Amino acid sequence: MALNQQTIQNLSWLARLKLPAEREGKILNDLQSILDWVEQLKQVDIEGVEPLVSVTQGIAPMRQDVVTEGGQQADLMANAPESVQGFYVVPKVVE
Amino acid sequence: MTDLINLTISEALDKLNKGEISSVDLTRAHIEEMAKGRVLNAYITETPELALEQAKQSDERRRAGRVGLLEGIPVANKDLYCTKGVRTTAASKILSNFVPPYESTVSQKLKDAGSVMLGKLNTDQFAMGGSTLTSYFGATKNPWNLDLVPGGSSGGSAAAVGAGLCMGATGSDTGGSIRQPASFCGVTGIKPTYGRCSRYGIVAFASSLDQAGPMARSVRDCALMLQAMAGYDEKDSTVANVPVPDYTQALSGDIRGKKIGIPKEYRPDGLNPDVAAVWDKGIQFLRDAGAEIVDISLPHTKYALPVYYIVACAEASSNLSRYDGVRYTTRVEGKNLDELYENSRTDGFGDEVVRRILLGTFVLSAGFYDAYYTRAQRVRRLIYNDFVEAFKQVDAILTPAAPTPALSAEALKQMKPVDVYLGDVFTTPASLAGIPGISLPVGLSSNGLPIGLQLLGRHFDESGIFQIADVLEKQANFDKLPRRVKGE
Repeated sequence: MALNQQTIQNLSWLARLKLPAEREGKILNDLQSILDWVEQLKQVDIEGVEPLVSVTQGIAPMRQDVVTEGGQQADLMANAPESVQGFYVVPKVVE
Repeated sequence: MTDLINLTISEALDKLNKGEISSVDLTRAHIEEMAKGRVLNAYITETPELALEQAKQSDERRRAGRVGLLEGIPVANKDLYCTKGVRTTAASKILSNFVPPYESTVSQKLKDAGSVMLGKLNTDQFAMGGSTLTSYFGATKNPWNLDLVPGGSSGGSAAAVGAGLCMGATGSDTGGSIRQPASFCGVTGIKPTYGRCSRYGIVAFASSLDQAGPMARSVRDCALMLQAMAGYDEKDSTVANVPVPDYTQALSGDIRGKKIGIPKEYRPDGLNPDVAAVWDKGIQFLRDAGAEIVDISLPHTKYALPVYYIVACAEASSNLSRYDGVRYTTRVEGKNLDELYENSRTDGFGDEVVRRILLGTFVLSAGFYDAYYTRAQRVRRLIYNDFVEAFKQVDAILTPAAPTPALSAEALKQMKPVDVYLGDVFTTPASLAGIPGISLPVGLSSNGLPIGLQLLGRHFDESGIFQIADVLEKQANFDKLPRRVKGE
């Protein structure tokens, strides 16, 4: 799989990262060499092998849908870069 | 007071129990040492006042007859563990001002066991790396030689434990981040079975692999710490609801008849001769102690690294999407919301984090998901099955923990990403299989650097590997205190 400048720009957009033009070349080379290296997985016979998604044996346990530690709005908002009256402030989203 | 920083946790507990020393004495000695050891840059945040206050409370509890498993022992946390009211950075710029309003389950359990927290330890940024070179707060130095890296990502933990800047520390291990730095710094560390410790409140890197574990200066100390850290937690649905055995009870000193597997795939052509020699010595030590050595094969070993980097980066790209400049991260403004996200994330993440997010985004993107991500998960099952088969024949597996002793920071900076990733070759297979692995120092390289060996066990059989590691430790008789840095 050969990457190009356009792929890198698309990936950056998907990941909400803005790479300066002068870094795109280096990132492209790095990602290309990593992808060339993982190509070796194509040698493995995976016919009939199920993907291993999790090594835990059981299924996730259910619990009651109740509030256990509520009433901490001030603590939770304390790290917000900008907030007003308990709301996070962001640039205008709807015109 | 120097003798107080040379004690193991078990020795210190003995002195505390006999009333020979107090937690305040022990904590004060470590606070002094922490200050002297700043040249190592092992700590991102020191909390000496908090530690002394906790030590006083511990001494009061002891007087009142309430004595926890680690009562009065000064420890420190990798700066990936959320600590209520104490800044938690993940060694990143984007979390450089984050003060968690809650405590991780594992650090809370350590507090509940009576331990005292000295501070927060350096790591690679978001635990992505094997050297601490990716830390936003600068790299940690190896106490054995200041030009060398301590390994990583739990490099601050390994250096601090090795240099006597704390008695034990938490680490976390996604692809070797406890076991490799333990080897580089001559300390002991265990990555427990996936599901043994809660991940709640530990900054997430790759959720199907991340596991908390202790680092200390002896196998017994790791057993004590893991005892306090492990167990069911309703806040993390991947924690197994199974009893935690008494790990120190497992240290019987007798391993006669135990079957130890030696996988041929871990001895590639060109294996570092010092590492090979220490491995051979370890095999002989276990044979001398009455264990039976069995040659085994783990045929898919060579594919573990590429599988690991695909799975870990995919999960990381998803986990790190939460850092958006809106709720609890540093923010860089933009003219609209997308630009605010882009500016905040680009400013807040280092190069290695960006590389991994982009690789993860690629392997999860439409058109490439099956060819890369699903294929990697299918090969992951084959790696898992290799271990299941092996453990039908043997009780534990002995391998090197890392392909080399500690490397120089300068050499690492010149290397390509793929060549750096090869340093995880012996640790990622167990991570992918979710089995426990302990790394302990067994010998020195020809130029006097520590080399660790790794013992792998069956799922949830930490007791089994503690038992064997304890015997190997006694046979190896490794000098538990690395060369001190102060005064050099």
